[in-house]
Amino acid sequence: MARDSQAALVALNRFGFGARGGASGDLINAATDPRGFVKAELARPNGVLLEAPGLQSTPQLGQAVFAYQDQVKQAREAAKETAKETAKAAAPAETPPQAPADQKPALRRNLSLNTAATEIAGQMADAKPAEAPARPETMQPNAATPPAAKPAPQPLNVIQKTFRAEALARLQRATLVECGFAERLVVFWSNHFCISASKGELARIWAGAFEREAIRPHVLGRFADMLKAVEQHPAMLFFLDNQQSLGPDSRAGQNRKRGLNENLAREIMELHTLGVGGGYTQDDVTSLARIITGWTFAGRQGQLGTPGSFVFNTNAHQPGPQVLLGKTYEPAGLAQGEAALADIARHPSTANFIATKLVRHFVADDPPPVLVARLRDVFVKTDGDLRALATALVDADEAWKAPLTKMRSPYDFVVASGRLLARVPEDPGAYLNNLNLLGQPLWSPAGPNGFPDTSAAWAAPEGMKLRLDIAAQMGARLGPNIDPLDLLEFAAADAASIETRRTIERAESRQQALALLLMSPEMQRR
Amino acid sequence: MDCVENRLLTSRRGLLLGGASFAAWAYLPKFARAAGGRDPRLIVVILRGALDGLSTVAPLGDPDYAGLHGSIALTADGAHPAIMLDSFFALHPAMPEFARMYRDKHAAVIHAVATPYRDRSHFDGQDVLESGYAGPGRVQSGWLNRALEALPRGERVSSGLAVGPTTPLVLRGNAPTVGWAPVALPQADDDTAMRLVDLYRHRDPALAAALSQGLQLDKVASGDDMKPKGGNQVAQMRQVARGAAKLMAADDGPRIAALAFDGWDTHANEGGPVGRLAFLLGGLDGALAEFESGLGERWRDTVVVVATEFGRTARINGTDGTDHGTGTIALLAGGAVKGGRVISDWPGLKLANLYEARDLKPTTDLRAVIKGVLQDQFGLSDRVLAETVFPDSASARPMKGLVT
Repeated sequence: MARDSQAALVALNRFGFGARGGASGDLINAATDPRGFVKAELARPNGVLLEAPGLQSTPQLGQAVFAYQDQVKQAREAAKETAKETAKAAAPAETPPQAPADQKPALRRNLSLNTAATEIAGQMADAKPAEAPARPETMQPNAATPPAAKPAPQPLNVIQKTFRAEALARLQRATLVECGFAERLVVFWSNHFCISASKGELARIWAGAFEREAIRPHVLGRFADMLKAVEQHPAMLFFLDNQQSLGPDSRAGQNRKRGLNENLAREIMELHTLGVGGGYTQDDVTSLARIITGWTFAGRQGQLGTPGSFVFNTNAHQPGPQVLLGKTYEPAGLAQGEAALADIARHPSTANFIATKLVRHFVADDPPPVLVARLRDVFVKTDGDLRALATALVDADEAWKAPLTKMRSPYDFVVASGRLLARVPEDPGAYLNNLNLLGQPLWSPAGPNGFPDTSAAWAAPEGMKLRLDIAAQMGARLGPNIDPLDLLEFAAADAASIETRRTIERAESRQQALALLLMSPEMQRR
Repeated sequence: MDCVENRLLTSRRGLLLGGASFAAWAYLPKFARAAGGRDPRLIVVILRGALDGLSTVAPLGDPDYAGLHGSIALTADGAHPAIMLDSFFALHPAMPEFARMYRDKHAAVIHAVATPYRDRSHFDGQDVLESGYAGPGRVQSGWLNRALEALPRGERVSSGLAVGPTTPLVLRGNAPTVGWAPVALPQADDDTAMRLVDLYRHRDPALAAALSQGLQLDKVASGDDMKPKGGNQVAQMRQVARGAAKLMAADDGPRIAALAFDGWDTHANEGGPVGRLAFLLGGLDGALAEFESGLGERWRDTVVVVATEFGRTARINGTDGTDHGTGTIALLAGGAVKGGRVISDWPGLKLANLYEARDLKPTTDLRAVIKGVLQDQFGLSDRVLAETVFPDSASARPMKGLVT
C-alpha cells in the first residue's frame, strides 16, 4: 500500500495526540492505512476505561475528604486552645502578627475560596509553603525583608495527592496509547460535561474519578447512558449545586424553608443536551429543576446512604407531575428525572448540538454543514450510539480533506510534545504547571461551558508567546540529548514543509532546534 | 534555588490569570497628546457571571426589596450597614472606595440597566455585552475594538507590556491590541523567537501575526511591584488593576483597556453584607482604588465602566442565592465622571413590574450608557456609534452628560 504522510498527519494529529518518538513507527503505520490506524482503537474492548493502582471510587474519595476536613477542624480547635493558653501566659502586644506556627491551618482555611490553581501552585512550589503566596498582601511585611524563618514544607494532603495521581494516570495513558483517538474522545466528552476542580475540595478530589466513572465507560457507548451517569455523579451534583436544591413543596423544603436551585437543570439543557436555542423555555428549566430535586449524594453522616455516593432523597423531591418540553412526567421519584433525561437525550436538538460540537472539535471551527447533518442523522438513527458516531466521523471524507487549521489546545500541545520526546511522565507537576500557564488548568475550566474549542482562543498573541517560552524551556532541558531531524521524521516525515525542515536544520543549537520543532506549524496545527 | 523560585512564580502567574485578564489597545489615539487638551482614558471592566445589581446597589426605599431579597438583603442598619447613596439607593458595605468616589462626585451608578439580550445564558449574554451586537452569535469583534478602529491611530505604544493568555471579546477585532499579566516565566531568547516568526511568515501567517504581537509587548513593564505577589482573589484583582494602571499612566502607555473579572455567578450562598459576593465586591472596590492611585493625575481624565452580562432574580432562590435574571447595574468611576448620582428610571419591584415576574425590569439600555461615555470621551459621532460600534442601536441614543 502506498504511504501517504499527509493522511498520516490527519490520522495522528487531527484524530490523535500526535506521533510518538522512539521506535514506535507511528507515522509509518498511520501512513500505510490512515483510517484503519485511527479506528483500531475503537475496536479494543474496554480500551477507554482507566484503572490504575491506587485510584479510588467516588464514595471512597468523598469519605477521604470528610475525614480530612474533620482532621483540619480538630487541629484548628486544638490550635485555638493552645493560642488561648499562650495568650494568657504571654504579655500582650509583644510580638506583632508574625503568625505563630499554630495559626497557619486557620489561615489556610480562610482562603479556601481560591481557585484550583492555588492548590496546584502550592504543590508546584514544593519547598515553599502554600501560605506564602496566598497571604493577603497587606500582611506581607515588606518585599525587601523576607520572613526570617521559612516554615517547613507541608506534605501534600489527600486531596492534592489524589488530584496528582489522577492527573498522572490520565497523562500516562495519553502518552502511551498508539493513536490517541479514544483518549481525545475522552477529553472531548469530559470537556462537554465538565466540572471544575476549583469548585471546592470535593470537586478537586472527584475530578478524575468523575471522568473515569461517568465519561469513560460510555465514550463508545450510548449518549443517554453517559448523560444519566454524569447528572447522577456526585461531582456534577456538587459542581452545579443540585445537592442544595430542594423541592419547595417537599418535606425538606417545607421544614428548612429553602427551595429550588436551577443551576444544574439549566446547564443540562443549555450545555449538555439541547443547546441554546434548542427549544426550551424558562419554564422548562424550572420544571427540570423540580424534577431532579432530591438528586444528591450522601453526606458525611451517611444518613441517606454510603457517604459520598449518589442517592435519591425522597424528602427533598418536589411532589407532583411536571410538564417539561410539552410532556407531562407523572410523579415517580427518581424515575421521573431518569425518564426526562432519556427523552432529552434523544431530542433532535440534542442530536444537532452534539454533532455540531463534535465536528467543530475534530474538523473545523466552522463545521461543514453536510458533515454535521450526516452525524446528526447517525445520532438519531442509532439512538445516540457514540461508537457509531465516532466511526462515522473517521469514515467521512470531509474529515480527511479539510486542511489542518485547528490549533492544538494547550493539553494537546503538552501531551503531543511529551509523546514526540518519548517521555512517559512520572510526575504530573510540570504538565499541570504548563497547563495553568497556558490557560487550560486541568479539569478546571472557568465555567460550566468548559474550555473553548476554537483556534482563535488558543492562537492568541499571549498564548503563542507563552508556548514559545515553554518550548524554549523544553529545548534547553532536553535538546542536548536528541537529534531534532530524527524527531521531525517521527513527527511529520515528508509531510513536513521545506521551510520547517530548513528552519530546524539551520538552528544554532539542538536546544533551539527542538524549541522550533515543537513550535512548528506541523506540531501546533491539527 | 533559582529553579524553585521560577516554578513558584510561574504557577502563581497561572493562578492569577484564572480570575482576571487584561488587554489594551496597541496604539495611542492621535489626539492623545494634543497640547493643553484632555488626554482621555477609558477602562472597561467586565464582570463575568452576572452581577446581582440589587445586592450591589440596593433599592432600600423600594417596599418590596427586603421581602424579595430575603436573607441576603442589605439593610441601612445592623453590624454592616449599607452606605446610603441617596434617600432610595444604598451601596454594598464592601465598597467604601466607590462610596468615597461617589461622595466626591467621581462615581455614578446606572440602575435597572441591561443589554438588549433577554435570555439567560451567560455565554450568549457575555457575547452580546462584549460584541455590541443586538443578539448573540457574533463573536468576531467587540464594540471597544470597533470604537478604536474609528479613532485616528497615532503612534504605537512603546512602553513594555507583557502578555496574558486571553483577550476579552470586547477588545477583540481588527484594531491591534496587546495584553499584560504579571510576568515570571523565563523567556525564549530573541533569536529563537525571530526564527520562529520567520517560519510562520512563510507557512502560517496567522500564527506569525499572533506571535509577533505577543513578542512585541513582552519587553518592559516590570517594575518590582509588578511581580506577582500572589494572594487570594481579592488581592489578584487589585494586582491586575495596579499593573494595568501603571501601564496606562505612562506617557506612551495605552489609553484604552479592558479587563474581565470572573466569579459573579452567585447561585448559592451569595451572602448579604458579608459573604461570597461581599468578598468579590471588595476586590472590585480595591481594583477601582488601584486605578485611581496608579493613574495619578491621569485619573482626572479617566472613565472606568463596570458592566456585566445580565442581572439576577429579584427574589432569592431556595439556596440563599439568586438565579439568572435581567436588569442590573452599571458603574462609572473616574475623575472625568459627572458623578454623585444614581441614574435610574426605577421600574419598581412589585410582581407586576418585574420582567417575566421574576427579574428587575430593565429601563435603560446599557448601550446608551456606553455610547454616551464613548461620545464624551472620544468624540465618536452618533452615526458611527449606532452603525459600527453598536450596530442597529439607533434607538438607544447616547446618554448625555455622563462625563464632565
